[in-house]
Amino acid sequence: MFRNQYDNEVTVWSPQGRIHQIEYAMEAVKQGSATVGLKSKTHAVLVALKRAPSELSSYQKKIIPIDDHVGITIAGLTADARVISRFMRTECLNNRYAFDTPLPISRLVGMIGSKSQIPTQRYGRRPFGVGLLVAGYDDMGPHIYQTCPSANYFDCKSMAIGARSQSARTYLEKHLDSFLDCNMEDLVKHGLRALRDTLPNEVELTTKNCSVAIVGKDMPFTIYDDNDVGKYLSMIEGEERSPGAGAEDQKPEGEKDDSVPDPQAGGPAVDEPMDHD
Amino acid sequence: MALPTETDMSLEFWRNGPTPGGLYNFPGQGTSTKMGPIKKTLSPMVTGTSVLGVKFDGGIILAADMLGSYGSLARFMHCPRLMKVNDSTVMGAGGDYADFQYIKSVIEQRVIDEECMNDGFQYTPKSLFSWLTRIMYNRRSRFNPLWNTIVVGGLQDGEPFLGYVDKIGTAFKAPSVCSGYGAYIAQPILRNALEKQPNLTEQQAKELIDQCLTVLHYRDARSLNKYQIAIVTKDGARIEGPISSATNWDIAERVGFFDE
Repeated sequence: MFRNQYDNEVTVWSPQGRIHQIEYAMEAVKQGSATVGLKSKTHAVLVALKRAPSELSSYQKKIIPIDDHVGITIAGLTADARVISRFMRTECLNNRYAFDTPLPISRLVGMIGSKSQIPTQRYGRRPFGVGLLVAGYDDMGPHIYQTCPSANYFDCKSMAIGARSQSARTYLEKHLDSFLDCNMEDLVKHGLRALRDTLPNEVELTTKNCSVAIVGKDMPFTIYDDNDVGKYLSMIEGEERSPGAGAEDQKPEGEKDDSVPDPQAGGPAVDEPMDHD
Repeated sequence: MALPTETDMSLEFWRNGPTPGGLYNFPGQGTSTKMGPIKKTLSPMVTGTSVLGVKFDGGIILAADMLGSYGSLARFMHCPRLMKVNDSTVMGAGGDYADFQYIKSVIEQRVIDEECMNDGFQYTPKSLFSWLTRIMYNRRSRFNPLWNTIVVGGLQDGEPFLGYVDKIGTAFKAPSVCSGYGAYIAQPILRNALEKQPNLTEQQAKELIDQCLTVLHYRDARSLNKYQIAIVTKDGARIEGPISSATNWDIAERVGFFDE
């Protein structure tokens, strides 16, 4: 079955000036579970919603530590994220070996950009199917970067990616001005509230399905899992959710062109869906 | 009937293939241009002598004379051996002058590349020192060392930094650093001074360095009384010179050697 005449190869343009394979790869990110990143003047925080593929399996890890000063959360194909994270770790180690300094976050993210651009322009290859939120701290302060399968990357004040992440972005936009002067705990609370807004009404954040990571001034990249997130979860327990958030399955962000079908919509799925985390 | 000549035979028989005697030179392997004797520095040609460095309160000072020796011949009288890398980093080199020029050009290009990135990051004394250590050790491990002793100095996070790397990759940091003959002649003078007064002022450091270079000029046959100094403070890095120190040769006539 063909969804489109021009979507078979990453090297083929559609007459509208689009490359459908890249856009499909961007959709893979929206199928992964949501993750939120935000920063203050001193810290950068990542929060992520974990999924368990089945009753019998454990929750899939969403936060990957890269170096003492940087780490990522992923949304999309976990397998692709592992390739990118190994690359990031190698680059960070090489920089420490050669220059005895942590690799600046902007340069690290630039390298991911250059790396992921290549399969967006080569016959017979496919783009990475994963989006990242990169949190790091260097001499220029804390950073949150977003990377895409399209090889674009963005320096963000705060960002949310993954399934139903629009609600989280709405929360972030509303509270954007308060983040900069937040202390570490308040920053995590904002992150968790934003993440909670992506959940359907009947689902709650728990110590099982949620992890937090913090990096900042005088603080190496630290992941909080299971019982360690309980402390942060209890801080927002019982608070009202943002009005409207999680009420319905909202449309993925942006206006959608009909020529790019939503892979989730329309008929019985032909392809066996891959696991996205 | 004449037999085909050796050349005809080989042309026909070996067409599109390796030529006899060139058996290891397969087409498409691209080895032919790379073939040839292995070249490496077995002894340096034009050389510079000692580099001195000392920390002072809020900065560092580096010094090196400007002689390029050709063996024992004082061949070139104007060889700057100090380099300003950026506003917080300087370095100086002794040993093979061509190798220093090579290192200098590589660093200059890297500084330009880094400036083009325009992300606010640049070489720090520590990162340059670490990188040079890797380069020097890597080259010695391939049995083709860069024949230099390098002193790196600067300010990192407001703290003075001084480090030494040599051609086999030996590296250390110290409050005072000397390479070459200076390690024997000037280092004791510097250490004495620092023991008496660990926190020199910039002016005191300058005078101390001048004293060391004067003694070195008396004692080191490969030295020249014309030197440069590099100073790094919070106000930036600068290279001064050429400078000559005041010498006194009054006792020379008492040395028998000069009478002959």
